[in-house]
Amino acid sequence: MKAVIARDLRLAFRAGGGFGLALAFFLIAVTLVPFGVGPDTDTLRTIAPGILWLGALLACLLSLDRIFQLDWEDGTLDALATAPLPFEALAFAKAAAHWLTTGLPLVLAAPVLAVMLNLAPAAFPWLIGSLLAGTPALSALGTFGAALTVGVKRGGLLMSLLVLPLYVPTLLFGALTVTRAMGGFDALTPLAFLAGLTLATLAVMPFAAAGALRVNLR
Amino acid sequence: MTLKVTDLSVGRGGIRLLSGVNFALVPGQALVLRGPNGSGKTSLLRCLAGLTPPLAGRIEMAEDAIALAGHADGIKAQLSVAENLQFWAAMFGSANIRPALEAFDLIPLATRRAGELSAGQKRRVSLARLLVTGRPIWCLDEPTVSLDTENVARFAAAVTAHLATGGSAILATHIDLGFAAETLDIRQFATPREAQQNTDPFAWDAAQ
Repeated sequence: MKAVIARDLRLAFRAGGGFGLALAFFLIAVTLVPFGVGPDTDTLRTIAPGILWLGALLACLLSLDRIFQLDWEDGTLDALATAPLPFEALAFAKAAAHWLTTGLPLVLAAPVLAVMLNLAPAAFPWLIGSLLAGTPALSALGTFGAALTVGVKRGGLLMSLLVLPLYVPTLLFGALTVTRAMGGFDALTPLAFLAGLTLATLAVMPFAAAGALRVNLR
Repeated sequence: MTLKVTDLSVGRGGIRLLSGVNFALVPGQALVLRGPNGSGKTSLLRCLAGLTPPLAGRIEMAEDAIALAGHADGIKAQLSVAENLQFWAAMFGSANIRPALEAFDLIPLATRRAGELSAGQKRRVSLARLLVTGRPIWCLDEPTVSLDTENVARFAAAVTAHLATGGSAILATHIDLGFAAETLDIRQFATPREAQQNTDPFAWDAAQ
């Protein structure tokens, strides 16, 4: 499992590996928001949690089709199927590598963009906390979506349709955590829900993804 | 490490290709599958490797015995030759990739990016992966595609050495590889394909 994560990280950082694409998309998409809604700081402050979470979610979605598609195309997935590592562990390792190359950079970049959107200072730790707790679920659900569509050529759009509805609870509780913290309310409850959702997703999704992979390799 | 196949039926995409396949593969034995294009050689090999579940019948062998080299090379273009093999060594729990590099004359290419290699060189890396897996039964699907005569000989030597150490191999190939191997003509297992019912109103109709 360590070997898969190490290889995926190495591939991501090599030329053409796609590291930074999701991050760049996140930066640009969030930067565009003030152009769209105007420079009114109060409006921006109100919508900042939703925009940041939605931006992170879409940036994550963009990079999902790389998870299995490249391995499927070059025959690596066939060879991995005969390896001692079960598909469940492979799916978990793939999700972990995806989070390390996509989710973690988004978490680190979010506070910078939050300044631009005039997020209330009290909400910053909650923003980072909610993204830390929520983005692993995005990677795990995305791994399942990627496994479902692995044999489909140009399956990116189909995968978005499958995965986006699954992202709703994470988006809901993630943005709610930051909004409540901004308003001075107790934000721990939505954060706990978010963390619970992530843990459940991490526990279940590798099995679902492994099942989908087995079907698609036939 | 014997592989025993009893009354096996394999299919692809819902169509049954072969049925009643029976054979046994003992250590030290190589078996060459013969049959025209589309006869089901690849489907049979994928079924043996566990990628496709059999439609009927039994495959008896020890767990984790098979190494598969399919049509696609399974090589990452951005990694060097050595990095590619090291990944597979880590996956299959073997330590040393040097014998595999030597067997296919890959030492001079070890630090090259796999994406810069020619098709034949990539194929050699893909075949070297078999040695790295340490698995006793090799399933080889057209292993000599894009290899020159010198490297076909290298491949034959690698298979011969593998057989000599108690391994076995099952190959789908159209050329003579120059080592003792039994031949299994899979046309005898072919299932008559029922004419497919055409339900697509826009399909091209050959009768017209």
